[in-house]
Amino acid sequence: MLLDAITLFILLCGLFFFMVGVVGLLRFPDVYTRLHATTKCDTLGLGLILFSLILFQGLTGPSIKLAIIIVFIWLSNPTAAHAIAKAAYSADIPMVKSTYIDQSKEEGISS
Amino acid sequence: MLITVFTLACIFLVLMTFLCLYRAYVGPTVADRVISINVISTKAIVIMVLVSIIYHKEYFLDIAIVYALIAFLATIGVAKYLQKGVLE
Repeated sequence: MLLDAITLFILLCGLFFFMVGVVGLLRFPDVYTRLHATTKCDTLGLGLILFSLILFQGLTGPSIKLAIIIVFIWLSNPTAAHAIAKAAYSADIPMVKSTYIDQSKEEGISS
Repeated sequence: MLITVFTLACIFLVLMTFLCLYRAYVGPTVADRVISINVISTKAIVIMVLVSIIYHKEYFLDIAIVYALIAFLATIGVAKYLQKGVLE
C-alpha cells in the first residue's frame, strides 16, 4: 500500500513536469527560452514516470528495459537540445528583445 | 487501481501532445517546430511504455527503444541541416 502511494506520487510529479514543459513551450517568447523549458520537461518528466513504472513492476525483465530507456534518453536528449541551440544561434534566429548579454559574441566565438 | 491511473495519464499526455502540435503549427521559426516535434516524440515514448504496462505486452518496450533512437537521429539531422545548409 505504501509502495502504491509512492508510485502514484512519483507518477504525478512526472506528469506535473510534462505540464510545466508544455506551458513553457506555449508561453515563452523565444526559441532559446522554449528550449530551456522543454529539456527540463523531457529529462525530469520521462525519468520520473518511468521510475514509477519500475517501482510498480519490481525487478523483472521489462524494468531493465525501462532503465535502458531512461539512461538513453538522459544521454541523448540534452545532446539534441544542445545541437538545436547551436544550430539556431548559427542560423541567426533572433533572441527576445530584452536580452542584454550575448557572451559568445563578446568573446568572439564563431558559431 | 493503479492501472486506471496509468490510463488517465495516457489521456493527459495525449492532450499535452495536441497543445504541442499547436506550437508546431504556429511556431514562427524552424527551430520552434523542431523543439516541439522533439517534445512530442518524448511523449510518444512515454505513451508506448504506459500502453505496454497496461496491456502486459512486453514488445512495446522494444518499439519504444527503437523510437527513441530514431527521434534522436531525426533531431540531430534537422539541426545539422539548419546549421550548415547541406546534409553530407
